[in-house]
Amino acid sequence: MRHIISILLENEAGALSRVAGLFSARGYNIASLTVAPTEDPSLSRMTLVTSGSEAVVDQIRKQLNKLVDVVKLVDLTDNERIEREMLLIKVCAEGDERDEIKRLSDIFRGRIIDVTDRAYTIELTGDGRKLDAFIAVLQSRRILEVVRSGVIGIARGGSACVPDAP
Amino acid sequence: MARGPPTGPTWVSHGCGPRIAALNAIGCACIPVHPLARAPKALKPGPLGWPATVRATWRYTGAIAVIVTQGLDRWRSLSENQGFEKGHKSRGDIALELTGAEIFVRCLHDEGVEYLFGYPGGAVLHIYDALYKQEEVKHILVRHEQGAAHAADGYARSTGKPGVVLVTSGPGATNALTGIATAYMDSIPLVVFTGQVMTHLIGDDAFQEVDAIGITRPCVKHNFMVKDVRDLALIMRKAFHVATTGRPGPVVVDIPKDITAHKTSYTFPQDPTLRSYKPVREGDPMAIRKAADLLVQAKRPMVYAGGGVVLGNAAPELTELVRWLGAPCTNTLMGLGGFPATDPLFVGMLGMHGTYEANMSMHECDVLLAVGARFDDRVTGDLDKFCPNARIIHIDIDPASIQKNVPVEIAIISEAGLAMRDLLAALKATGARLDKAALDAWWRKINEWRARQCLQYDRANTEVIKPQFVLETLYRLTQGDAFITSDVGQHQMWAAQFYKFDKPRRWINSGGLGTMGFGLPAAIGVQLAHPDATVACVTGEASIQMCIQELSTCKQYDLPLKIVNLNNRYMGMVRQWQEFFYQSRYSHSYLEALPDFVKLAESYGHAGLRIDKPHDVEAALKEALGQRDRLVFLDFITDQTENVYPMIAAGAGHHEMHLATDRELA
Ligand SMILES: Cc1cc2nc3c(=O)[nH]c(=O)nc-3n(C[C@H](O)[C@H](O)[C@H](O)COP(=O)(O)OP(=O)(O)OC[C@H]3O[C@@H](n4cnc5c(N)ncnc54)[C@H](O)[C@@H]3O)c2cc1C
Ligand SMILES: Cc1ncc(C[n+]2csc(CCOP(=O)(O)OP(=O)(O)O)c2C)c(N)n1
Ligand SMILES: [Mg+2]
Repeated sequence: MRHIISILLENEAGALSRVAGLFSARGYNIASLTVAPTEDPSLSRMTLVTSGSEAVVDQIRKQLNKLVDVVKLVDLTDNERIEREMLLIKVCAEGDERDEIKRLSDIFRGRIIDVTDRAYTIELTGDGRKLDAFIAVLQSRRILEVVRSGVIGIARGGSACVPDAP
Repeated sequence: MARGPPTGPTWVSHGCGPRIAALNAIGCACIPVHPLARAPKALKPGPLGWPATVRATWRYTGAIAVIVTQGLDRWRSLSENQGFEKGHKSRGDIALELTGAEIFVRCLHDEGVEYLFGYPGGAVLHIYDALYKQEEVKHILVRHEQGAAHAADGYARSTGKPGVVLVTSGPGATNALTGIATAYMDSIPLVVFTGQVMTHLIGDDAFQEVDAIGITRPCVKHNFMVKDVRDLALIMRKAFHVATTGRPGPVVVDIPKDITAHKTSYTFPQDPTLRSYKPVREGDPMAIRKAADLLVQAKRPMVYAGGGVVLGNAAPELTELVRWLGAPCTNTLMGLGGFPATDPLFVGMLGMHGTYEANMSMHECDVLLAVGARFDDRVTGDLDKFCPNARIIHIDIDPASIQKNVPVEIAIISEAGLAMRDLLAALKATGARLDKAALDAWWRKINEWRARQCLQYDRANTEVIKPQFVLETLYRLTQGDAFITSDVGQHQMWAAQFYKFDKPRRWINSGGLGTMGFGLPAAIGVQLAHPDATVACVTGEASIQMCIQELSTCKQYDLPLKIVNLNNRYMGMVRQWQEFFYQSRYSHSYLEALPDFVKLAESYGHAGLRIDKPHDVEAALKEALGQRDRLVFLDFITDQTENVYPMIAAGAGHHEMHLATDRELA
């Protein structure tokens, strides 16, 4: 099953490679991984998407928790959650195509953020399926480049993934 | 260890009066500082390392250096304003202006480190200079960095205290790696300091540069790189804290050379805790009560105890619990000594080369209590056939050990000793005892298995020396009270089977990684920690040659080890597998051109004896054990064809053992 895991990590050199190294050394799947500092500059927030049997995901959580740089881990899969991913996509847009692509982008609530006389660059945010769908729709055109941010997620409601009180 | 008179400060431990005096006398600045005052942090790297711009600035304009200096100045004035708290005399409340190298040595001393196992080189020369100027921390010079790590490991295993290692950058670090991985696999607390090239050279393929943090990452509990001398003391403190608490393990601290030259104030940090690291100690009382209820109803109970009992100093609690239950107890290779081997409740080691009675009891038990054991594949064999009738309770300090290989019914995440203490209390609180009749029937069965005498061998042989006979004799002559280190191979299994350990921390071997070359350097650490004890290294002619150079270290420090070389002129363990599973095609397992070990020992300045007849075994061992002040290398020429039994072939179940009596296998 797919799991989306939120991790608060010490914002230290090497912390990211500890997580990445764990996945490669133990042969765990990793679908996407994003990381950036939080409002507290000493902490990074990582969102990791993985999959496996319950036993394997149980081990993944435990092994991650065991890393000394991991301050807090929450498996968002257990909660009501919001998932978002950003897509930047550059497509050929010439002649009649230009209006058509603009319309498609509007339907998906995308924004054209860069324009040349031959191409559009569109920004689109949503969950993974929505981005997949948009890419599929543009598949018949000439896609020049696709960049996806990887998934970030947050639990709905008042609960927060923050360090435990000391 | 000859050296000139100390030229630098002689550090007086504890109590600050004399310390200040001594340091002032040699002109050291002495800045009082509040113990909690911290320097403002300079720029910090994110998870992806230093941003390129920062690196560039640092290297080409020195701008960062300016920030650091300003920071230091601010900190100093701040510290001075804090004033000196009078009458407060605990360790670490005075700040001294010291170099990183001096702080390094001071920190080791304040941490209570007795021995530092190391080997010098360019990146650690400042530290070696600081070591030269003091006497408190004793440095043991090995002959190869692998030896340093194993020696520190032997020290740690035999004392429970962390082993400490210092090596230089590049090849020093890579040579130590095997020793670090060995400690990691067996959860041994080590703190390994690796020198590193100067900060501004990192990443340039500088001379003797290797990414020590990167290459050690998968085989350490944690590692740290020191980027600022002001962080050094706290990082060292954290390293010791992480290595020795929770599930122990090696921690590497990488120190660039320039850091050891920079100066800063020193206080011994009081609080080593990390917000991201909170090892568990006590288990869930509910789980403990449930475990008691399950155990007390057992008809065929079994206790399977591993290295966690030794690591957690929980042998007394285990012994008391098992005796109360009246249940059979088995130990893993790492757990030997955790339960007294001469106790009638002990059924021997389990697993691939475990006893018939231990493995059969595992197969037939109805409730299994596993303590500080990690269900290793050498123990479980085929997981589908593992303990088919048992409901399992697992006590372990590491949540990740639980359900890793085998599903369990009740998990208690706790220090082994605390959990067993509480479990026994909970058992007593039930007011019930185990069903006596069922237990008697269970023991009748076990005793039938015992009657098979699975460790039998040809004792009466007067022609060739049976390796088991040497170990039995060693056991008898040392009254089971020696420290035994071992290398890896058949001799290791025989030592585990034939030396009956009644106490923990006496059996020192590499189980998880199975590192040939471990035995001799490990024995160095053990003998240093226990100068008056008998320390024997049981080894084979292949293993001993992997760290043979440490005989020289033994000479330098006058370590009277007894080396018991079971010389079968084969990589016996490999030969055994080739005999069983490769139709006796002995591919590269015969050692031609062996050295004359007696002469070899003599050339290192030790005594050597070669023994090739069974009737000389006892006399030779007696002679060697009688030599209290010199190392004796005993080269026993043993039977080349002897195999280790019982044996469970990889992938078989506990009930599918092969015994010596049915020699045919595969
Ligand atoms: C040639 C060869 C043959 C071998 N054959 C066998 C064999 O026949 N039988 C055998 O048993 N082994 C054998 N081994 C060893 C085997 O590979 C493993 O190293 C060993 O079985 C692991 O022992 P363990 O389960 O006790 O775990 P250890 O590696 O000792 O792990 C300790 C466990 O205890 C936990 N722990 C640590 N501290 C505490 C604490 N304070 N409180 C509670 N829990 C704690 C840890 O989290 C861990 O789960 C062999 C090795 C070699 C090289
Ligand atoms: C460093 C290392 N290399 C290879 C092995 C594989 N190995 C395990 S046992 C063994 C043979 C050991 O021979 P010896 O030391 O003579 O012991 P014996 O089995 O003959 O008692 C080998 C090569 C190992 N465990 N460690
Ligand atoms: Mg051999």
